[in-house]
Amino acid sequence: MSRFDLKGWSGKLLRVDLTAGTCTDEVLNEQWAKEYLGGRGLGTKYFTEEVAADVDPFSAENKLILATGPLTGTYGAANGRYMVITKSPLTGTIASSNSGGYFPCELRYAGYDMVIFEGKAEHPSYLQIHNNKAQLMGAVHLWGKSTQDTEDLILAEFHGDAKVAAIGPAGENQVSFAAIINDKHRAAGRTGIGAVMGSKNLKAIAVRGTGGVKIADPAAYREAAIEAYGMLKQNPVSGQGLPALGTPVLVNVINQLGALPTNNFQKDTFDGAEAISGETLASTYLKRNKGCMGCIIGCGRVTGLAGARFSGDGEGPEYETLFALGSACGVDDLAAITKANYICNEYGMDTISVGATVACAMELAEKGLVSEQEIGMPLSFGDADALVKLVEMAGQREGFGEKLAMGSYRLADSFGAPELSMSVKKLEFPAYDGRGIQGIGLNYATSNRGACHVRGYMISPEVLGLPEKLDPQATADKAVWTKIFQDFTATVDSSGVCLFTTFAIGAPQFANFCTAATGAEFTEETIMEIGERVYNMERVFNLKAGVDPSQDKLPKRILEEPISDGPLKGEVNKLDQMLPEYYQERGWSAEGIPTDERLQTLGLA
Amino acid sequence: MQKLIRIEPSKCIGCKTCEMACSFKHTGEFMPSRSRIFNEVFLDEAKFITVTCMQCDDPWCVKACPKSAISKEMPSGVVIVDRDRCVGCRTCVSACPFGMIKYVPTLGKVDKCDLCGGDTPECVSFCPTGCLTLEEEDTPLRQKVLRFVNAMKDGQMEA
Repeated sequence: MSRFDLKGWSGKLLRVDLTAGTCTDEVLNEQWAKEYLGGRGLGTKYFTEEVAADVDPFSAENKLILATGPLTGTYGAANGRYMVITKSPLTGTIASSNSGGYFPCELRYAGYDMVIFEGKAEHPSYLQIHNNKAQLMGAVHLWGKSTQDTEDLILAEFHGDAKVAAIGPAGENQVSFAAIINDKHRAAGRTGIGAVMGSKNLKAIAVRGTGGVKIADPAAYREAAIEAYGMLKQNPVSGQGLPALGTPVLVNVINQLGALPTNNFQKDTFDGAEAISGETLASTYLKRNKGCMGCIIGCGRVTGLAGARFSGDGEGPEYETLFALGSACGVDDLAAITKANYICNEYGMDTISVGATVACAMELAEKGLVSEQEIGMPLSFGDADALVKLVEMAGQREGFGEKLAMGSYRLADSFGAPELSMSVKKLEFPAYDGRGIQGIGLNYATSNRGACHVRGYMISPEVLGLPEKLDPQATADKAVWTKIFQDFTATVDSSGVCLFTTFAIGAPQFANFCTAATGAEFTEETIMEIGERVYNMERVFNLKAGVDPSQDKLPKRILEEPISDGPLKGEVNKLDQMLPEYYQERGWSAEGIPTDERLQTLGLA
Repeated sequence: MQKLIRIEPSKCIGCKTCEMACSFKHTGEFMPSRSRIFNEVFLDEAKFITVTCMQCDDPWCVKACPKSAISKEMPSGVVIVDRDRCVGCRTCVSACPFGMIKYVPTLGKVDKCDLCGGDTPECVSFCPTGCLTLEEEDTPLRQKVLRFVNAMKDGQMEA
């Protein structure tokens, strides 16, 4: 048996064969760990080595990988993250979806870096892990339950201190944008990973661990943490904006810029922005601020509703949710948005995709392309009650919810108007219009999982001015910056640390952390190279899966319909000016195919 | 006066960095199960409660120890376990009403907060929100009194 001698990583993964009902420990591949770190990188490496790119996402041959990084479960920045990797039923691309909380750290303390699920359970099941021991349990009694009820029931029957990740009814019903929810309210949200889990009859993973994460050089690690803490505290975004108001701090910022997509991207300023802003949330439904484990930022918002119309408790809404369930649907009713957010967490659904899909349905209705009878209710932008109903119907796949559960692209396509889906590679846009902010548009077009802001957050330089300010309307230099952001993000996603730390800390700090934690040597250069390797590995998988470079595009509205209002009125995205340069920066052919030389340099060929 | 770890629950964000910092300093690993400070997260109630040894004036653990292995040091007031004397009998574990002293199987001894032996306690150094401080003065208590008297003052202004 191979050995694993490095620190940082636990050096062990758990392989769960759901068909056979077996759980087996394996030594982690040390070479791969050094080349791909963990999380998104290492998880995708295992996935692409073991699963054919043309696999049907809902077949038993697809696998589902939960992967922490070597820094998960430690302190230093915001180290409570893990990544879920599979093939997406929504996009047909590689899927990886990130979440934070307590669950990812507990997996480390239980002795595992990763869990690989393969096959399909005959009956509803859940996995119990208790300090290096794992077993599959029946979950018939949990099937149909909300993610929160599932967690409570498991804590009662397994261990009161266990941490749980679960799917809700949306994952069971294979809603194409179903999420996996951990610690009751934190979502590995995007690309439908919860639907894959549901297709495997896997309801939840519960972990209890009392072990530790070993560090190669504790003194150096502590020094690295003190440096990073100072930088995070002094940074205006990670030290002030996010702790004070959470991600909803962005509602007013992006609205004032004129890039807050409204009414399915028909407008870019929202009259109701103030009503759904972080400032308003803080003075209404906010109960308190919360951090994931090992986080210095604490952007989480615990909220509660106790009104006559809506009641409940939970976390959120985040900025993306305030856009998707708010401005995108023209809804300025913060209580309704918050309630719809809770429903998403209970059913286990991505708030961005479900909100954007409802927004798409609203435009289809507005344009007379879908009838009131088909929807089962009158529907127009701004209808908060309809929004709340439709979100629940999507989770249940009930009535028109059956259509919504396909996602906005398949919904719009089924009514003959695919151009009304605001998506790339069938993944719905997040909350920044790529017409007014050129670089984020380029990132959406080229992201390996479709339109996603957290694959290359160009908002950081283009709007927030970090690490330096770029003109959002200019196209010059956006290709090189997008590549840097995408590559560095891929490394951060592989480390177990939260992307939000990168407002303040960069590759040198990650090199220090990884070297001190593992005992292997990492430099600023190798940190960036890991990200580029991960990015190209994902790209190669997507190409094999049939998602060709013609899919590196943006919807017609973003390319051809100028912004109709606000400070950025008249702007469109100039993708054709940036994409050739982007391919060149990546060392890909003019057609967008990674060259053999490039892949060889990165150790991928 | 004795310096103690003062805890202001309203500032806590439930990040458990205190547990990580404590266990890392004292074991070299990030292992919250070995932490001497406890940050409990009540998700449903949105409450985060942190507790640690309050270095009692007349400690149950000291009185219970049959080997006189635990003592209250003066003038620091810190309650300390002498590992050379501790036989791992766990009597103190039973005696402490707060569960703040625990038996560690890998050591065969008991373990508790010693305020990091004169340094700034590691949990205080790494607490990201200032929820934890090391002070002679009980500032969180003073803040509570001030909140109460301010409410009284506002009430009287209305009358």
